[in-house]
Amino acid sequence: MTLTVTDLGVARGGIPVLEGVSFALAPGKALILRGSNGIGKTTLLRTVAGLQPPLKGRVDGAEDQIAYAAHSDGLKPTLTVAENLIFWASVFGRNGIEQALDGFDLQTLRDRQAGALSAGQKRRLGLSRMLVTGRPIWIMDEPTVSLDKTSVAMFANAVRAHLGQGGSALIATHIDLGLEAEVLDVGPYKAKPPEIDDFDGGFL
Amino acid sequence: MIALLLRDLKLAFRAGGGFGLGLAFFLIVTVMVPFSVGPQSELLARIAPGVLWLGALLACLLSLDRLLALDWEDGSLDLLATAPLPLESTVTIKALAHWITTGLPLVMAAPVLGVLLNLPVQGFQWLVISLLLGTPALSVIGTFGAALTVGLKRGGLLMSLLVMPLYVPTLIFGSEVARRGAEGMAVQTPLLLLAGISAASIALLPFASAAVLRVNLR
Repeated sequence: MTLTVTDLGVARGGIPVLEGVSFALAPGKALILRGSNGIGKTTLLRTVAGLQPPLKGRVDGAEDQIAYAAHSDGLKPTLTVAENLIFWASVFGRNGIEQALDGFDLQTLRDRQAGALSAGQKRRLGLSRMLVTGRPIWIMDEPTVSLDKTSVAMFANAVRAHLGQGGSALIATHIDLGLEAEVLDVGPYKAKPPEIDDFDGGFL
Repeated sequence: MIALLLRDLKLAFRAGGGFGLGLAFFLIVTVMVPFSVGPQSELLARIAPGVLWLGALLACLLSLDRLLALDWEDGSLDLLATAPLPLESTVTIKALAHWITTGLPLVMAAPVLGVLLNLPVQGFQWLVISLLLGTPALSVIGTFGAALTVGLKRGGLLMSLLVMPLYVPTLIFGSEVARRGAEGMAVQTPLLLLAGISAASIALLPFASAAVLRVNLR
């Protein structure tokens, strides 16, 4: 399923941040979003994920196809690693978490409480959640925060395997993941301040 | 859906989950009332239904601010919103989990605490029945309040103010059932109204909660 974004405008806190963003993400492809802090990458990803409505334009092919990974991992500190994953797997109507545990080297931690993990380990657990969702389009917001070099490679491998199975990924990141992916710099799409054309606009 | 219910129950029973908070509060209120009004057993018997209902309601209110706030803070709510589960069923399950961990223990503790307040013997069954019918409405209405204030820091104060007027009808008819039952009068009218309020809340409010949650997640 191809994810198509057409002439999308997004707003954060009521203020337009990006406008006129268009791209298409075909199965097996990855798209890396870049842009300076505060430009609206997270807002764009949340809009594509359907968490907030677009200001204008449209997003096609995302409904019930995406798995979203935000800045926070949605882990429950008092549940163990395996319990956290099993929960998300069953929410998405799937079972089998072994592949996800293997993919992010979490087998040795499976019975540890998520609250007792280090920041990087938590992040790995958060990312392994993508593997249990079984959704074809991954939308990820700064997935490599607090990951070390080995873990980043692990993550890149997981994305590569996902693309190989016909999935696709939309990733906002600043580091080079070593993926063969298109890069979209959202900087040029920065929304212009609204034009004031009322005759008393100066007072508004 | 069952996975979400089980997870919420598991979280409530584990360390720091807050199970027992409402129950302990209920216990404290009802144990303290005889000390504050004095040892007049006929007065206690008269106010027992009202005190028990008020205690149950406040105990319910106490645990509401954690209902959705925890999932909001750790990002699970965003992830649940993009999951195949519709938000309407997510909030219904959350309300159900809240009722199982808060409302149901109150219902079960109420007869024991009724003894402390010298509740007349014929009042016990109606107290339990009225709480059993009324507390689900408290949980569902409370979930709506929690959805309205999710994302606000220290939203508990605002939520209590928003939820309180919505709790009033349940409180009036619930304690009326318990009072009439204790005094041996017919309970049919308030009982039907109480059941009606609960049924309407359960049927309608999850849609409202999901709608405000969608707005709050933006």
